[in-house]
Amino acid sequence: DFLHICKQCFILWLREKQFSLFFCEVQPNETLTNLKAESDTLKTKLEDERAKLHDVELHQVAEKVDGLGQFIMKTRRTLKGHGNKVLCMDWCKDKRRIVSSSQDGKVIVWDAFTTNKEHAVTMPCTWVMACAYAPSGCAVACGGLDNKCSVYPLSLDKNENLAAKKKSVAMHTNYLSACSFTNSDMQILTSSGDGTCALWDVESGQLLQSFHGHTADVLCLDLAPSETGNTFVSGGCDKKANVWDMRSGQCIQSFETHESDINSVRYYPSGDAFASGSDDATCRLYDLRADREVAIYSKESIIFGASSVDFSLSGRLLFGGYNDYTINVWDVLKGTRVSILFGHENRVSTLRLSPDGTAFCTGSWDHTLRIWA
Amino acid sequence: MQDPDMGVKMRNQRLLITVIPHAMTGNDVIEWLIQKYNITEEEARHLGGLLVQYGYIYPLRDPRSLLLRSDDSPYRFQTPYFWTSSRWPASELDYAIYLAKKNIRKQGELVDYEKENYSILHKRINHTWDFVVMQAREQLRASKQRRKADRIVLECQEQAYWLINKPCPGAFDVLDLGPERCNVLSSRVALIEHSRRALGRNRVKSSICLESFMKYSEQYLHHDPIMSGCLPSNPWISDDTSHWTINTDMVGTPTRLRVERWSFSFMELLNDSMGRREFMIYLEKEFSAENLCFWVACEDLRHGESSKIILKVEEVYKNFLAPGAARWVNIDSKTMERTLEGIKRPHRFIMDDAQMHIYFLMKKDSYPRYLKSELYKNMLAKAIVPQETKKSVFPFMRRQRHSSPSPAMVTQATEDDGKAKGAGPTGTSSTTNSQI
Repeated sequence: DFLHICKQCFILWLREKQFSLFFCEVQPNETLTNLKAESDTLKTKLEDERAKLHDVELHQVAEKVDGLGQFIMKTRRTLKGHGNKVLCMDWCKDKRRIVSSSQDGKVIVWDAFTTNKEHAVTMPCTWVMACAYAPSGCAVACGGLDNKCSVYPLSLDKNENLAAKKKSVAMHTNYLSACSFTNSDMQILTSSGDGTCALWDVESGQLLQSFHGHTADVLCLDLAPSETGNTFVSGGCDKKANVWDMRSGQCIQSFETHESDINSVRYYPSGDAFASGSDDATCRLYDLRADREVAIYSKESIIFGASSVDFSLSGRLLFGGYNDYTINVWDVLKGTRVSILFGHENRVSTLRLSPDGTAFCTGSWDHTLRIWA
Repeated sequence: MQDPDMGVKMRNQRLLITVIPHAMTGNDVIEWLIQKYNITEEEARHLGGLLVQYGYIYPLRDPRSLLLRSDDSPYRFQTPYFWTSSRWPASELDYAIYLAKKNIRKQGELVDYEKENYSILHKRINHTWDFVVMQAREQLRASKQRRKADRIVLECQEQAYWLINKPCPGAFDVLDLGPERCNVLSSRVALIEHSRRALGRNRVKSSICLESFMKYSEQYLHHDPIMSGCLPSNPWISDDTSHWTINTDMVGTPTRLRVERWSFSFMELLNDSMGRREFMIYLEKEFSAENLCFWVACEDLRHGESSKIILKVEEVYKNFLAPGAARWVNIDSKTMERTLEGIKRPHRFIMDDAQMHIYFLMKKDSYPRYLKSELYKNMLAKAIVPQETKKSVFPFMRRQRHSSPSPAMVTQATEDDGKAKGAGPTGTSSTTNSQI
């Protein structure tokens, strides 16, 4: 059909664009040197501009704030049922249900409170790296090595085969790394190993907007909770975190201070900043109005990458799931580590706060999910 | 860690009857980590354990068990030549030579999975098998000429390396890294364009930005269940879902915290469906309810199905923008002109300017007045503050955990009743639009 052909053309165009950029680079040496010199000069200029308005550090401002006392959080639920590494999870707006996806292609919907499984779907691919719950609670989206994002409406009829009603929405030219519904069930935002992000109309599968700018795999994204609700942030293997305008497809801000792949990005609850977790074993906080990195959360004894981050409801705490199986809890304002949580027996691959902030859920390569409170 | 002065204390350790130089005990490793990084014993054991699992430290006694024991078990640092980071992926040829050596040295020394791997390799690289056997014999001959202590160390090093790179099937594989990530070409031209745009940005002083984080955290402190607990209790800890039932959309009397939160920002009021309803009631009294209705309709347009865009734009125009419309909204002439022009070629963002104008109008005018109104004050006064649940007398008796109706079922029911779709917990409902 027409839309399908359009999608194919887009994919071909995308490939061609990459080729033309390649040829652009392969120019006579002087032009290439000039380009490099110019981009480096601009970069330095940008750093200087940003530094001019940086009159104080976050931990200095935070000196007058009370320190946090003893911090006790425990595993309150353990969800067993996946037969392989858990890669991703998302909460339902009802504050107790979750969807999770794993390496063996299984996507499971749980009532985390009772630990009962409510729905299960087997995807036709392995490594389902992305899953998301629709705002209405009536559907879930997921994808991975199939390069697609598919939406499954959740049926309560036990006999109904969920896979039969599956709807293919997004199509990328490489693996799907993350997906998220926007304010409604009708649109999905995706990020992919093909270096792009894209906004899709669920009903028609139409591509509404594509976002180009990352120079490597895009691994994560998060939608801004702002008043005008038009931006989102993405992080990738090019060590960059980019902020995008959903309407125009433009990259409006870019931050490059991490030393390795950015695995996770999450907005601060007010929408004025966002945090990132990276393979360089640090988490960082970036302020959007100051247009700079304002804090680094690291410790010498933490040598493994952070795979997933999220804030507590007030934004005072930052929870980071790491590849060394632990969760480190950071005081966002003071920059210190408040607590370290043990429990998982393999990498923590995903971490999200519940919608009302009463708990957070982690998924791990040890095949389980845990609810912490 | 290997620094002779600052590193882990190393001594000669006795292994059976041979003395192994430059070894340390498991306990020493843990102690050193605690001292150097100022961490607890639990964290030190965890970190040290990972160093063993990844092959940077290996056990001399019981080498197949890759654990860090916090006693006097002897360990050694792996030589950089065999570090996982420098010699990964492991070559098949090297593995074949290693297995051949073991086989030649002592029959029956190979364990089951190693025997299997050996025969698989024998088939796969059969053409170079003579080379493999020859190399193995050469290496064994050379090692016989070394001192016993050196020979043991070299054997242990090599064995440790292979235990990690070719683990027993079913055992934990630390080298499993997930799907491959790659890099695409960079474009300098795009980078330059982007940097130029970025230079023109307006930036805010850090002191102002950072102060706002302080304020936000303070304002929301009591609303953050992880920081301040929640009333009557956190459902995940007490197994009691009261906290959820008293905070549903349709509850008769809201909690005090909830009503307080509406005063934090206009967004907070609108995001709570009860808050939005209350605000609508207030606006009706003020005869400016059309503003909120318009905003809701625009949200519905922005986030709705692509196929319904044209229809929705027409509806919005008819109800809110057309001269003499039933609920005409008051937007400035410039924005109105732009919007009316844009309607000729409708798309989902066509109402953005008008929507933003009305949003800020409500935020600056109606919202502050609402917070000072009797309506809001009464709401706040009658809002409940739940009692904190006392810890049960028998803490080990677990409460029964009841399931709740699935949101999928709730919405299906409303669909069956013939009402509009999308009336989820926080979805914009077009029913509110048509009722008023």
